[in-house]
Amino acid sequence: MRDPRWLPWARWAGLGLLGLFTLTPLYVMLTSAIKPLQDVQGDFHWIPTTITLRPFADMWRTVPLARYFANSLIVASVAALVSVVIAIFAAYAISRFRFPGRRIFSVTVLSTQMFPGILFLLPLFMIYVNLGTALGVELYASRTGLIITYLTFSLPFSIWMLAGYFDSIPTALDEAAQVDGSGPIGALLRVVLPAATPGIVAVAIYAFMTAWGEVLFASVMTDESSRTLAVGLQGYATENDVYWNQIMAASLVVSVPVVAGFLLLQRYLVQGLTAGAVK
Amino acid sequence: MNPAVPAPDSTTVPATSRPATSRPATSRPGAGRRPASPGGPPPPVGRRRGIAGRVPARLRRVALPYLLILPAVLLELLVHLVPMLIGIGMSFLKLTQFFLRNWSAAPFAGLDNYSVAVDFDGAVGRSLLHSFLVTVAFTVLTVGLSWLFGICGAVLMQGSFRGRAVLRALFLVPYALPVYAGVITWSFLLQRDSGLVNHVLVDQLHLFGERPFWLIGSNSFVSIIVVCVWRSWPFAFLVLMAGLQNIPADLYEAAAIDGAGWGRRLRAVTLPMLRPINQVLVLVLFLWTFNDFNTPYVLFGKSAPHEADLISIHIYQSSFVTWNFGSGSAMSVLLLLFLLLVTAVYLVATSRRRSDA
Repeated sequence: MRDPRWLPWARWAGLGLLGLFTLTPLYVMLTSAIKPLQDVQGDFHWIPTTITLRPFADMWRTVPLARYFANSLIVASVAALVSVVIAIFAAYAISRFRFPGRRIFSVTVLSTQMFPGILFLLPLFMIYVNLGTALGVELYASRTGLIITYLTFSLPFSIWMLAGYFDSIPTALDEAAQVDGSGPIGALLRVVLPAATPGIVAVAIYAFMTAWGEVLFASVMTDESSRTLAVGLQGYATENDVYWNQIMAASLVVSVPVVAGFLLLQRYLVQGLTAGAVK
Repeated sequence: MNPAVPAPDSTTVPATSRPATSRPATSRPGAGRRPASPGGPPPPVGRRRGIAGRVPARLRRVALPYLLILPAVLLELLVHLVPMLIGIGMSFLKLTQFFLRNWSAAPFAGLDNYSVAVDFDGAVGRSLLHSFLVTVAFTVLTVGLSWLFGICGAVLMQGSFRGRAVLRALFLVPYALPVYAGVITWSFLLQRDSGLVNHVLVDQLHLFGERPFWLIGSNSFVSIIVVCVWRSWPFAFLVLMAGLQNIPADLYEAAAIDGAGWGRRLRAVTLPMLRPINQVLVLVLFLWTFNDFNTPYVLFGKSAPHEADLISIHIYQSSFVTWNFGSGSAMSVLLLLFLLLVTAVYLVATSRRRSDA
């Protein structure tokens, strides 16, 4: 099987164009973050003339970035953690048991993925507000409300992906564990979970990324004290000035953790995706 | 979504022959606490469980999967299904700002909210229809381009060459980036006076006499598509690359032996083998793009330009700017019905073609 002679050229040209399109904004983000303010307000220059790290220091003062960062970190971590635990149990049930309602459950959970967020934004907003007044539970404008909301966003995909992953683990393994005296839960904990670690890690990253990047609910369901990065970053645009260099610096800082995690573990994500999707 | 998995009923069968100590504590009503015949030596373990443990074990076997899915069910109910039902209910109410704190007092409106929304001669209906058509055009273009870029990238990435792993990782960055970080960068690029786009198009290539606006006016439609494609093509790329890896190499070899060239192998082997993946990928891209709120919201702020007035933003605005939740809910329900219809038609159409093939 020989590749045609023009293929390396086509590859070079095609991937080059895609790379240019993909990387230019990232280049601008990087270089603008180290420019002084007057250099990002005037004409654009490809090469920074003056290099400064001031934006990385100033960005914490222009808006309370540290608080937004902490809020995002708490919300996304707790949501990811809880969502993964719940997804493991549900996926195990789907993968290892045949029970009436199993199909309805999988289909319903998956179909919530297609709901426009805007459809349940309004009712959820009203539920949280009214629950707050009725029970004295602070759900609206609190991190708890946001955590509950976000963990359901990643649940459907996590359950689906983990069920696919569990299916690829031979049931003979858990049978052996059960013969050795473990119950179904023991088999899950001792056999299935260790074998499914890559899938679980991938799902956790996915859940974290989902919560870290969500904007719609964050814009409605937070106040100044519970505000997350998604909304907080817009604070750099004031009436008089837009601190583009600080925005770019802040965008860079808030992206590094998720991008690094994603790139380190994208292989697992691909494995999980195909394990779930091919069936 | 996981049909054709052999039913592993056998995994739960050995429950009756296990020592009692390792059983899960849940769902065994009192079974283990039953006192063994007092005074005498306890009967053999297997025997005791044969009599006393059978019913709870059976019950447990039936109940266990439900207990496992219970947390997920409760959360889905709280955050998705109940709000959705309430939303449908709200769409029949005259739910304006006066009733927000006490919305049970809102008067019944019947189908008023709907008839206003689909009255295309009225202002509300006309702008909703406009927004819907803009969204359809936007979605078709974005999904089409994302898929095209994805398949080009994935096919050209096949084989091994220097820098492949680095390039692949770099291509995935826009997808991994938080939406707001990536989109806010684009809004900087698209600034009229200080942005890169006008610098390249006007100052360097001299394509325009005057600096165009990209975030207001008719160009905003182009801008939102470019930004959305930038964000979603890496996902298509990722999924299609995974799909390509699953195509057995001997299919290509067989085709090559039959004399098929590169283009013919692409058409006769690669694309047909990707069809199941494509079916899911295009549907997911469609739903995400159609419902996308985050990108236009960060790119344009709360007031989207008329030419890029996507449906999510439109409903958001008509709900939270006017605080008329009844009308906003009616529009959301119409949107959901449309998405359900498209999904159903799509699944029927693509599945039939698949079984014909």
